Parts: sequence; C-alpha cells; structure tokens
Amino acid sequence: MSAPVHAPRPDEAVTRDLLAFLQRRTRTQVAADVDLFGSGLVSSMFALELVVHLETAFGVEVCGPDLRLDNFRTVEAMTALVSRLRGGGDG
Amino acid sequence: MTAQAAAAPRPVAHRLAVLGAGVMGTGIATLALGHGLPVVLVDVDRAVLAQARDRVAGQLKLATMLGPSGGRAGTGVGTGELATTMDLRRLGRVSAVVESVTERPEVKAGVLAAASAAVPGGTLLVSNTSAIPIDELAESVPHPADLLGVHFMNPPYLIRTVELVRGRRTGDPAVAAALSLLSALGREAVIVGDRPGFVVNRILQRMVNEAARVVEEGVATADAVDAVFTGCLGHRTGPLGTADIIGLDNVVDSLTVLLDRTGDEGYRPCALLLEKVAAGELGRKTGRGFFEYGGAR
Repeated sequence: MSAPVHAPRPDEAVTRDLLAFLQRRTRTQVAADVDLFGSGLVSSMFALELVVHLETAFGVEVCGPDLRLDNFRTVEAMTALVSRLRGGGDG
Repeated sequence: MTAQAAAAPRPVAHRLAVLGAGVMGTGIATLALGHGLPVVLVDVDRAVLAQARDRVAGQLKLATMLGPSGGRAGTGVGTGELATTMDLRRLGRVSAVVESVTERPEVKAGVLAAASAAVPGGTLLVSNTSAIPIDELAESVPHPADLLGVHFMNPPYLIRTVELVRGRRTGDPAVAAALSLLSALGREAVIVGDRPGFVVNRILQRMVNEAARVVEEGVATADAVDAVFTGCLGHRTGPLGTADIIGLDNVVDSLTVLLDRTGDEGYRPCALLLEKVAAGELGRKTGRGFFEYGGAR
C-alpha cells in the first residue's frame, strides 16, 4: 500500500508531535531549533520526560551513548535521533 | 566489634537493601545500581513496588545523561541487579540497610526495628531521615552502634554530597562501613552532629517555611521569591523550587519533627504549606506545588 502523496515525511511528523508535546507541557510555543535547556524553558530533569516520550510515542529505545543531553537539546536534534534509531528512515 | 577491626582497609562486596520505594528510596536504588551495586528494594505497597522498576530504569537514563556522578555508562561498569520484595525477612545477604520511608518517627522506628531483626548484628543500618535525631531512632534497634544517618539530597543519583550523621551511640565500625559504602557510590560525606534537622534541614526547612509565608502574606509571588535567591544570591534553585523538589509533604513532616523537638515556632508549618499538602499539590512528584510542572506528573 503506497502512502498518499500529501502524507508528511516521517521526520516531519516527529517534529510536529514533539512541538505539540512541548507546547502542551511548557504552555509555550517552541521553535524547532531553540535550546530547550539553555533557554531555561525546561530544567535538565525534564530530559527524562523527553526520553520517555520519544520511546513511547515512536517505539524506539534510547540507550548507551545516545543518552546525551545534546540529543534532546532541540526538537531538531530529537527528530534526528528518532530518525536514526528507526534505522535511518528517510533522514 | 572494635575500632581496630574497622580501621583495617578491606574490599567490601556491597549489596544494599533499600527500605521504601518512594522518591528517595528509588533514587538511592538508582544511585547504587548505577555504580554496579546489587540492590533489594522493599516496600509494603505492591503497586508502588511495581512502578519502582520503571522509575529506576528512567532515573538510570537521567543519571547517565546528566553527568558522570550517577550512572557509569561508558566506563565499563555494568548496572547492578535490582530485586524487589514486600517481605523484610527476605533481604538475603546485605552489607547495609538504608531506611528511606516516610519522615514520621513512628514509621521509621517500626521499620528500623523490623529491619534490624532481619539482618545479623554488625550490619550497617542507615537512616535517610531528613530531620529525626539518630540517637532517638537508635532506641528502636537492638544494636544502636550499627545505626547512623546518611542524609541524601533529592535526586541522590545527581547530588554528590551527603550529610553523614553520627549518633551518640554510633560505633566506629558503622562509620567506617558507611564511608566505604559512600565511596563505592561515588559520594562525599560531610560529617555533622546529631541534632534535629542536622545542618541542612535545620536551616533550609525554616527558610522554606518563611518563603511560603512570604507568599501567603502576599509580600511576593513564588516566582519573585525564587528570583531573588537565584538572581541576587546566585542560588541554583530558590527555596520554593527546592521545596517542590523535596516534596511539600516531606517539608511539612520535617518541619513538624523540628517543631516538636525544638519548640521553636519558626518551624510551625505555615497555612499555605498545609493547604497545598491537603490539596495534593506536593511539588514535582505530583506536577504542581509552588510551581507548575506540566500537570501530567
């Protein structure tokens, strides 16, 4: 079964989901390239919620050397991580 | 047991029993597991114990992400094995018991009494009490020399320093065993005296109470109170943000312990703190305290 031509690329869907998740949790409109920790939007403790969200929403497991704060610093970085953990995807 | 026996350096294969699978108990278990120590985690609540495994797994990831102090990913040290039980008599062989149950004297005394009956005399007994004097808790154990206090801060797998509280009857071997354990956990101990609240909470809980009173009286908002401490004094977290990390129920329990033992009215929990606890707004662990944490957790 082929996807409809207007379907978003998988990484776009991930980005959209993460932006919505962050907006819900921080009640702030977040840009995909903003440093979540550096901007003070969330504390570093929030990184655990990001890990859990990535694992449950996208069916990936984040472990070993991927457990670096830099992988969760921006929505762009998280999208790239999910894409890679899914076996490259189209990214 | 003699002081000489304790003075001889000896490699110890640590295995920890952690009593209480709440915020601090799971945090201490995470710290130990991340340093390769096996842990048996005990709680009377089956549901709490079931959640503890997931919580510990998540915290191990956080410890790995937020620095070298907690987990040891990348250093070749594996994670310790976690066992759980509801039966204090099934601890197996342990090198130390760490009590981390609710900050109520009668609860801690009961658990310490049961734990000390489950392990051989000479086994290190640690209370992670926030404020209750160790010599008072020592009344409930058959070998007071085995008991001391280690006040871990929350989250224990990220904060490197602990208060080590030596009671009047604490023996030298217990102090040596605790220092050995803390070294295996990568923690630094500051040894303090045995008075209500020790050092940190004697000062901090009173500050939290006063900060809450400032908000209660409308002198400043919670944001403003913490902004003054972070901005003017350079504190990493203000008193109310710190209280939310500790848990406001624990703050009230600790203040009550301090009030009951000192008679100092400055420790009487203010109305706003009591209201928040009654409303279930306990801080980060419930998603809301003095500040909001997204509401979901």
